[in-house]
Amino acid sequence: MAEQSFIEILRRALDEELERDPTVHLLGEDVAAGGAFGVTRGLADKHGATRVRNTPISEAAITGLTTGAAISGLKPVLEIMFIDFATLALDTLLNQSAKYRYMSGGQLAVPMVVRTQAGAAGGAAAQHSQSLEAWFTHIPGLVVVAPSTPGEAYGLLKSAIRLGEPVLYIEHKRLYTMRETLDESAALPVIGEARIAREGEDVTLITYSAMVNDALNAASELEALGISVEVIDLRSLLPLDMDTIARSVCKTHRVVVAHEAVTNGGFGAEIAARIGEQLFDELDAPVTRIGCRFAPIPFAPELERTLLPGTPDLISGIRRLMNLAAD
Amino acid sequence: MNDLAPETSELLPHYAELWRIRWFESHVQRLAARGEIAGFPHLSTGQEAVAVGVCAQLQQSDTVYTSHRGHGHVLAKGADLEATFAEILGKQSGLCQGRGGSMHLVDAEQGVLGATGVVGGNLPLAAGSAWAAQALGRDDISVVFFGDGATGAGVFHETLNLAALWSLPVLFVCENNGVAEFTSREEHSNVNFVSAFAEPYAIANQTIDGNFLPTVLAGARAAVAEVRGGNGPYLLECMTYRLAGHYVGDSQQYRSKEALAEMREKCPIERLGRHLVEQGVQQQRLDRLRDEQQSAVEAAVERARKAAPTDPASVMDYVYRSPDFYAIEG
Repeated sequence: MAEQSFIEILRRALDEELERDPTVHLLGEDVAAGGAFGVTRGLADKHGATRVRNTPISEAAITGLTTGAAISGLKPVLEIMFIDFATLALDTLLNQSAKYRYMSGGQLAVPMVVRTQAGAAGGAAAQHSQSLEAWFTHIPGLVVVAPSTPGEAYGLLKSAIRLGEPVLYIEHKRLYTMRETLDESAALPVIGEARIAREGEDVTLITYSAMVNDALNAASELEALGISVEVIDLRSLLPLDMDTIARSVCKTHRVVVAHEAVTNGGFGAEIAARIGEQLFDELDAPVTRIGCRFAPIPFAPELERTLLPGTPDLISGIRRLMNLAAD
Repeated sequence: MNDLAPETSELLPHYAELWRIRWFESHVQRLAARGEIAGFPHLSTGQEAVAVGVCAQLQQSDTVYTSHRGHGHVLAKGADLEATFAEILGKQSGLCQGRGGSMHLVDAEQGVLGATGVVGGNLPLAAGSAWAAQALGRDDISVVFFGDGATGAGVFHETLNLAALWSLPVLFVCENNGVAEFTSREEHSNVNFVSAFAEPYAIANQTIDGNFLPTVLAGARAAVAEVRGGNGPYLLECMTYRLAGHYVGDSQQYRSKEALAEMREKCPIERLGRHLVEQGVQQQRLDRLRDEQQSAVEAAVERARKAAPTDPASVMDYVYRSPDFYAIEG
């Protein structure tokens, strides 16, 4: 099997799920033509225009439509082109999709996936670059996943479609060109289980989505300095795999939590708080958070680069933490 | 009794059903006023003919969505009296095991897929159920009841466009009661009739007297036949009056006594009663139907009141499929 890009592997997962289950339907703006990033290219030709369906630019209505279809027998996969536009879909996601099972006393389930695309890259500017995942982790009933590699994206998307819950599936635009050869023999991941992306002894670096790759780069560079970094790829933010986090923290006793979203009110705060509550005695130093500074994403490429956290920030953060920690 | 025309006899069960909803709402009002019902129940008193007339034309597998003012629609679609009232009381035996309440009634078996507390929020969901029926080749239609206030929401217009574009089997039923929450329609929109919004999307539509049951039955019969026949969506606007306040406890200072008295004249139950008497039905027979419903509702309400409360230990059930698998809380 040849290498495939993140986009090609997403398409393959969707293609296989359409093939496997006749209730799976794709919809969204331009999806029949392939979508803004070409993820669904060719799928309408293969599976028919009623199963891979273009919608008007009506995020509120199409998210509501997706929810109604899900409680009535379909397994719809909706594409919201940019997570920045999920604001328009938020009423349904928050007030309906996430709560239907609970409000109905278990009578109705909502097996739907909202695929969306987030993060900053290439000067998409303030309304096409945001990392808003933390908002959604505050909603009981929702599932939030964010893959870090093409292989992870493949398995997580298939698991999300089969899960039977409303899932927000966040793709980082920076990952779209990443290439990988798919491991055909790999089992589908269980949603809610994190993975150790790299084993290490001295410090635990917890992250997700595109930043996992920055974290692996940082870990390689730090190894040359004699610092052994364990990288946890959360894969799923909601639910959160505290067991995997706890095992690692009990080994390293030092933690860095990193994400591209702004640090203030970010998901890293939740992880840091839980570690503080549950694993305080294990810590040799306070949990370090690394995220974006508190500003909108600027357009100019040099400003964008300045603002976004990346490998150098992870390296300096971990070095500061290691000096702080008393051995 | 035997000399009644068939079309008159057919109206008698509907007359009883109107009373069933009226009595039900009167108990909600009574128990909410004395604090036995929590939250914000919204009464459909005065709008019963729309619920009864439309639901009479549906099959069990058709899906119905409603608004925050949905008790009547839920009952008319076939939900059990006691389980519905128990839900409004927040009992374990309620339709949703006490997790939904007045504004979130669901009875999936009867096709009642939900009420919503967000005005206009259920319109696209109804289109979604219609899409599922279309995609799965079922002959079910989807119905959504909403008030004229919902037409101020962008999602109303988005959903009309989408439903027309995809030719979805969805029936939009607007209960135009002329008042959205506390403010009259004139202050909400320059568009007097909601059916006008259907025109640019080429959605079949009709505005009818929603307080005269034979008219609603006929209008709904035609609309349902169109939608089930594969002719795409339909918007049925039913002109009606909300005899109660926006919610229980609303003092309605925004409406004059004269206006309220005028609305009561047009009460759908009294109008149907007068019509039936004109058609030769004995008043005693109507009184008996009314009284039978009063007893049935009262008995159901009393059983619901005596039912066991919810079990606090179950509070995390149904957030997800399994509370164990999703051990969200640390």
